[in-house]
Amino acid sequence: MNAGAAARPTPAVRLGRLEALRHRPILVACGGLVALGVVIVAGVAVGNVPVPVGETIGILAGRLLGWPVTATWPASAETIVFELRLPRVLTAVVVGAGLAVAGTTLQGLLRNPLADPYVLGTASGAALGAAIAVLIPVRLALLGFGLLHLLAFVGALLAVAVVWRLSRTTSLSSLTALLLTGYAVGSLLAAGLSVAMYASGAQLRQIVFYLLGGFSGASWPQLAVATPLVVVGSLLILARARSLNALLIGEEAAANLGIAVRRERAILLALAALVTAAAVAVSGLIGFVGLIVPHLVRLLVGPNARVVLPLAAIVGAVFLAIADLLARIPGELPVGVVTAIVGAPFFLVILRRARGGYEV
Amino acid sequence: MPNGYELSGVSLAYGKRTVLDGLDLHVGAGECVAVLGPNGAGKSTLLRVLTGHAPERRGAVHLDGIPLEEYSRETLARRVAVVPGEASLPFAARVEEVVALGRIPHEDPFRGMRAADHAAVAAAIERVGIADLVGRDARRLSQGERQLVVLAMALAQSPRMLILDEPTVHLDLRHQVDVMELLVALNARDGVGVVAVLHDLSLAAHFFSRLILLDHGRVVADGTPDEVLSPERIRAVYGVDPALVRR
Repeated sequence: MNAGAAARPTPAVRLGRLEALRHRPILVACGGLVALGVVIVAGVAVGNVPVPVGETIGILAGRLLGWPVTATWPASAETIVFELRLPRVLTAVVVGAGLAVAGTTLQGLLRNPLADPYVLGTASGAALGAAIAVLIPVRLALLGFGLLHLLAFVGALLAVAVVWRLSRTTSLSSLTALLLTGYAVGSLLAAGLSVAMYASGAQLRQIVFYLLGGFSGASWPQLAVATPLVVVGSLLILARARSLNALLIGEEAAANLGIAVRRERAILLALAALVTAAAVAVSGLIGFVGLIVPHLVRLLVGPNARVVLPLAAIVGAVFLAIADLLARIPGELPVGVVTAIVGAPFFLVILRRARGGYEV
Repeated sequence: MPNGYELSGVSLAYGKRTVLDGLDLHVGAGECVAVLGPNGAGKSTLLRVLTGHAPERRGAVHLDGIPLEEYSRETLARRVAVVPGEASLPFAARVEEVVALGRIPHEDPFRGMRAADHAAVAAAIERVGIADLVGRDARRLSQGERQLVVLAMALAQSPRMLILDEPTVHLDLRHQVDVMELLVALNARDGVGVVAVLHDLSLAAHFFSRLILLDHGRVVADGTPDEVLSPERIRAVYGVDPALVRR
């Protein structure tokens, strides 16, 4: 130290090793984007009526990129690819990215590795909203949107708003208050959901269908509404990555690093709620993505939110597109079931192998 | 006008318990000051006041001639760095990633760290002497090592004023002396103002030329070690035999 510093060996070698690590996020991003491309093509090709991969690429290249491809396939293949499967795969991509970004944000914001996009009431709010929509004997539909999507979206946002307001009236530390209020409000809404399900009679199946989550109802108009919300919300979160980084070391310490903690927490919470609400409105409740993807990415590249957020978006998109693909193979399983069946063991294996290098 | 901290009539009570009781204090921009006192004397609360974490306090606090509450968090963070008594991490993070957090007030908000920031991080790591901890998960370090990491983080912040809450409490003797020498050198060589809460009276007396002794939320003595740590005062404030404190 000070006078003795000259005698110390310089840390150049060890810091040099870091230089190599700094390139790793770019490698992970490139790998993720290649995987994303492969999964999108595979997701469009696979289904009840398989479309050969070559034709799939031809149709996508022709329609999306305007390449002069001569059609060697029946018109029905083009309809299947373009009207049914592509919006479905892209919805999975957008929802996966959104849930992973929202999960990263909430874990960082609450400084809690067990947090996920649903932790502050969004899930039960959306579910209750959807259930009410099913029970209301009014059918509204506009551009592929029904009352269900609208009420699920509104329910998710309302639940977070209520949690936020209530948490500020307690005398607990703000993080504890948020988590406990989220739990309490979530339980209350879940009770409301149970009542709605009990009262729903023949429409129970519709509610359960929403709760399990899936992309079978995906359409271009839905995608066109959800995508901007998810993308803009995620970009605004990314622009505040440094607040999430500062919160790594604690709320008071973050303030000492120049972060207006109360304001940043409110903004980030609102953005994460918006992204989550947009995702659950079109997909239903899909678990696990928002919990495990952020951990997986941090395991690869460390905790810097500026790097974790975009990578989590890519990995979340790939993960959910694969889950949707797997869900379609045996017929039509709910995607939420697949993410849990695939995700949970996968996550446990990672944790075991990473023992010593990583703790959640 | 860089004239450091100016406190006048600062009081703070948690409920009915008075923690700070009409404090008047001046700490010059380039000064090196140790704050001493028994448990509950108000030392940590004083640091919270200096770092703007006690909005409920009464009285006036000025930093460089400007009322503290007129500073944005960001402006304050570019001038004042804080070494907390303890820090926890919710996720695994390498030592250098934690030190890099100190660049947050300076880094580009969108693009993040640039070459100058990386250089500042490397310099801080070097200066605190923790190059051998680079690459390790900061959560798996000993408490003493972690204390050095947060010190390096605060140095990476390039502050004009460094505020430390018991920076040596978990350190072995060698590292206690190292940290003290580092603080003195920062002050003498780089002109960084230092305000450190310390428990070890001998260490404080040896390295600091100005001590502030708090008791029951008041300044009971302020001056050189000889002036402040008289045997009578040690007996009165700490209630121990002054012979226990070797000078």
